[in-house]
Amino acid sequence: MQAVRVVAVNVFRESVRDRVPYNLVLFAVLLISSSYLLGQLTAGQDVKIIKDLGLAATSVFGLFIAIFIGIGLVSKEVERRSIYSLLAKPVSRAQFITGKYAGLVLTLAVNVSVMAIALYAILGYMVWTEPPTIRAGWDAPGIDPALLKAILLIFVELMLITAIALFFSTFSSPILSAAMTFGLYIAGHFNSELKNLEHVVSSKAAAQLARAAYHVLPDLSAFDIKTEVVHGLPVTIGYIGSTVLYGLAYVAALLLVATLIFSRRDFK
Amino acid sequence: MPSAIRIENLSKEYPVGFWRRRTYRALDRLTLEIDSGEVFGFLGPNGAGKTTTLKLLMQLIFPSAGHAEILGRPVGDISTRRRIGYLPENPSFYDYLTAEELLGYFGELFGYRGAERHKRVSALLDRVGVGAERRLQLRKFSKGMIQRVGIAQALLNDPEVIFLDEPMSGLDPLGRRDVRQLILELRDQGRTVFFSSHILADAEALCRRVAVVAGGRLAASGTLADILAFQVHGWELVMAGLSSDVVSRLPPTVQRATEISPGRYSLELSMDQPPDRILAQLTASGASLVSLNPMRDTLEDFFMKRVAEMGAGARASRPEELGASR
Repeated sequence: MQAVRVVAVNVFRESVRDRVPYNLVLFAVLLISSSYLLGQLTAGQDVKIIKDLGLAATSVFGLFIAIFIGIGLVSKEVERRSIYSLLAKPVSRAQFITGKYAGLVLTLAVNVSVMAIALYAILGYMVWTEPPTIRAGWDAPGIDPALLKAILLIFVELMLITAIALFFSTFSSPILSAAMTFGLYIAGHFNSELKNLEHVVSSKAAAQLARAAYHVLPDLSAFDIKTEVVHGLPVTIGYIGSTVLYGLAYVAALLLVATLIFSRRDFK
Repeated sequence: MPSAIRIENLSKEYPVGFWRRRTYRALDRLTLEIDSGEVFGFLGPNGAGKTTTLKLLMQLIFPSAGHAEILGRPVGDISTRRRIGYLPENPSFYDYLTAEELLGYFGELFGYRGAERHKRVSALLDRVGVGAERRLQLRKFSKGMIQRVGIAQALLNDPEVIFLDEPMSGLDPLGRRDVRQLILELRDQGRTVFFSSHILADAEALCRRVAVVAGGRLAASGTLADILAFQVHGWELVMAGLSSDVVSRLPPTVQRATEISPGRYSLELSMDQPPDRILAQLTASGASLVSLNPMRDTLEDFFMKRVAEMGAGARASRPEELGASR
């Protein structure tokens, strides 16, 4: 456990030194400028749009971090040969993989937390400046705790994407890993369509193939509850719990397979 | 004396080719045993299989056949890694860390905490000659300085067995002298040092025993004296006061006469005849003896000869010769 923690902290340090937190500044600028512009253009709908924009930006910024750092977690170590000295220390390959993963999840956790705080701060400011008559017309409160449900699922989705990127990076090149992770991200968001493909295709084989793909590919659309939350629609704790468990189980399976592949890999 | 490292029939093959799969044998049935407390030189030209062997011992790659043990435990045993140190060839580390942070990071992996870790890191960086630069990011370090940091990280845990892959690489003459001194200190502390090199002078200065690999195979192993003892191939006789007239009438046993300074000659004699007869003749003609030494092969000569004998061409073999591809 000690080795996993030490490796994870170093990944976090690397992301800080690589200026990953700069994306937070971009996020803040995007939100502040959007809230100002929307205030000028819309009447009463600006809070809803800012919530939508804030959640979408949290998701997209996180996605870029998860993919572009995730694919380099292992391959960069191998490429620069720093892994030679590291694996000669009392660190197993499984601990190395887990530590690398935990480090990037820690980076994402800090990133998502700061973004959530920034979003709530902007919303707080907007609530404070809007007159009560406009606030009364909102679908959901301005400072809505339900946003945290959406943020939690965005975070678990990012954990899953990080695991996919790490999985690919244990055996393929960074560019290929990025392409495959992004492909899975897209496929994962349209996964539910695969389930219903048998109703629109006549070929039995194609339907079975689509059904198999539905079960194997991650169902990322399940993590997207932005619309429900922004419009004040109910999202049950049971749904949140089962989706989080689904995400964590998928992550565990990916890390297991990544470790198995990595444990037999030669570093030529 | 117990073995620190035991290598038995260790082989490593890589598949090559896309359509027509063949195997390339980087290491071919290497067997070696290194005693505790000795400095062992692992010599060979580039591409001989030295780094492959070290990577196999660190389990950075997996053997196709054979077996190896370090301190009585199979390679790859995590608990053994607490007792060994490893400097990779041309080491490369995290360029965003400072030398101090890098060693601190590795120190944490060994479980050193707070003040103890700081003290250990500081003392090691002092020992390898990294001064105020220790607080600079490694991206600003020269190759030689990286090498010094690499040596420091290999010694962080007071290892019993230290593996150094080309430790002198990238170092200036002063740095090489420091590393030689350091290896001798480690030997005096009773540690085992296994180092690879293609610089034979280093081996001659440091090792009791060496192994020479070429083309992935063991060409020779033993003490330097054993390897070179039978390699005396003549005598070098230096005489002063020799006239040109005497030199022109030297017998055929003198293979070469080189004038060092007026009247002083270096004469190379073959092994066929003992040197006393010609020495007697020359002293009778008025010359005087300056020195008489056996001409031995240097390790360099030995190395070149064995490498030429072994050849490096027989490595890429057909699958049927080497067994199935991995």
